[in-house]
Amino acid sequence: MTPALEPGDRALLDGERGRGAALAMRLVVRMAEVARAPRLRDITQAHIDSCLYHGQVGLDFAERLLAGGATASIPATLNVSSLDLLHPELVRLDDDTRDRASRLMEAYVQMGCRPTWTCAPYQLPDRPAIGEHVAWAESNAIVFANSVLGARTNRYGDFIDICAAITGRVPDSGLHTDEGRRASVRFRMRGVREGLLDYDLLYPVLGHLLGRRGGSQVVAIEGLPPDTSEDRLKAVGAAAASSGAVALFHAIGVTPEASDAGTVLAQGSREEVITLADLRAARDELSRVPDGAEIGAVSVGTPHASEAELRRLADLVEADRPRIPFYVNTGRAQLAGVGSIADDLADAGVIVVTDTCTYITPVMQDLAGPVMTDSGKWAWYAPSSLGFEVALGSLEECVRSAAAGRVVRHETIWGS
Amino acid sequence: MEGRILVEGDATGPALVLDEPLSFWGGLDPATGEIVEANHPQRGSVVTGTILVMRSGRGSSSSATVLAEAIRARTAPAGIILGAPDDIIVIGALVAAELYGVSIPVVVASPTTLGTIRNGEEVSLPP
Repeated sequence: MTPALEPGDRALLDGERGRGAALAMRLVVRMAEVARAPRLRDITQAHIDSCLYHGQVGLDFAERLLAGGATASIPATLNVSSLDLLHPELVRLDDDTRDRASRLMEAYVQMGCRPTWTCAPYQLPDRPAIGEHVAWAESNAIVFANSVLGARTNRYGDFIDICAAITGRVPDSGLHTDEGRRASVRFRMRGVREGLLDYDLLYPVLGHLLGRRGGSQVVAIEGLPPDTSEDRLKAVGAAAASSGAVALFHAIGVTPEASDAGTVLAQGSREEVITLADLRAARDELSRVPDGAEIGAVSVGTPHASEAELRRLADLVEADRPRIPFYVNTGRAQLAGVGSIADDLADAGVIVVTDTCTYITPVMQDLAGPVMTDSGKWAWYAPSSLGFEVALGSLEECVRSAAAGRVVRHETIWGS
Repeated sequence: MEGRILVEGDATGPALVLDEPLSFWGGLDPATGEIVEANHPQRGSVVTGTILVMRSGRGSSSSATVLAEAIRARTAPAGIILGAPDDIIVIGALVAAELYGVSIPVVVASPTTLGTIRNGEEVSLPP
């Protein structure tokens, strides 16, 4: 099926804005055919993941677009890269890879994208409003935009993100449509006590379970407190988009489109129960290091720590100073936003990483033991991408563990 | 086998039927074609030259680049059969075709059809 194209779309295909824009529009139209979209639609902004270096193909594509004169036609933010431009000494890449990563970043800036270098564009001031159509890449940003902001984006990957930014157009399909946003499965938590609902670690663990059981479906979750914070919802989404391909979850009574179950459930949706035992098993799948075991480092801030999380971390480490390397990943805008808190963190021995993340580029090395994190996403990817063993704990437990040099957790909170 | 073609191309190879979806980013080493995802039941299997069969995609939007990089490096599967369309896989294959002229077919088959494909059996695409 070929989507109905507007005159502007055809003009781009015909090369009116150059070969780069024609290539971008050709790929957008191909994706519309795949999605069986009846037409294309306008978007207001894009978030670009293609700036993260994974090999020659990324450079080949960006340089093909640049050589063809392509530029972003709508506001576009850039995701993390493999370099920390503010603290370059932290990243241990060979010169050749560093040079290629840098060329890739520069190519996207030259195409008119903003050098935000964050995986959490929803923490920037001009984030999209409810109902706004955008094209975001980066799995955690996608699920946050759809679920927590109520903005509308499909699960855009590398390459198509910049094509959308260049053309300002995407296939009108999937999560851009009302029908596409209804949940086909509804999860109810059973036997989960209030104490656990007020425990930070519940949220990445729940997200991990939603990803495992939800796959790529739109899911609904019932039983979260109405005032669940954005940072906790961020943790749910990031984990669900790592172990699964979840791009939208509705937390009933919490997230903006889910005032009640009736408004978000698809006809014929099925129901599944989540028990305390399920949650414990999900936690144990991510956390393979037992309580009391020695650890070599801590890494928090995946996705990038918000200003609230940076402030909280500063308070916690003031009382409990780390005696092993303690990393926090955050965006340069968030770091600037907390002012002198950045100095407090450094004084307490916390190593602040910006523009990139400890799980995608070599920052941590020569560790004396496993790594503890508060992130379900980090815990999911790090064993593969870095070869580390991982312990998962709340931010508070991470700080206490870093002070003790071993895993310290509130085991009783899980009811065992 | 019946299926809907998402990306055109011709391929024949032994089916590698994955028990669980694979995120190419963090899960596939494009230098070697090996599955490296720590929790994956088929960790250590090599996808190069196979017809990769999986229910759905998973995880990172960087998977598009990793697939395209594997196609460039000639370590990619010869073709991919999915249980549901996956934009991230499709764009990776399309971009590699644009840049390098190598098109690996990506096909969607029904879950029933997917279930009839035996690991190791020779499969040809398009169906």
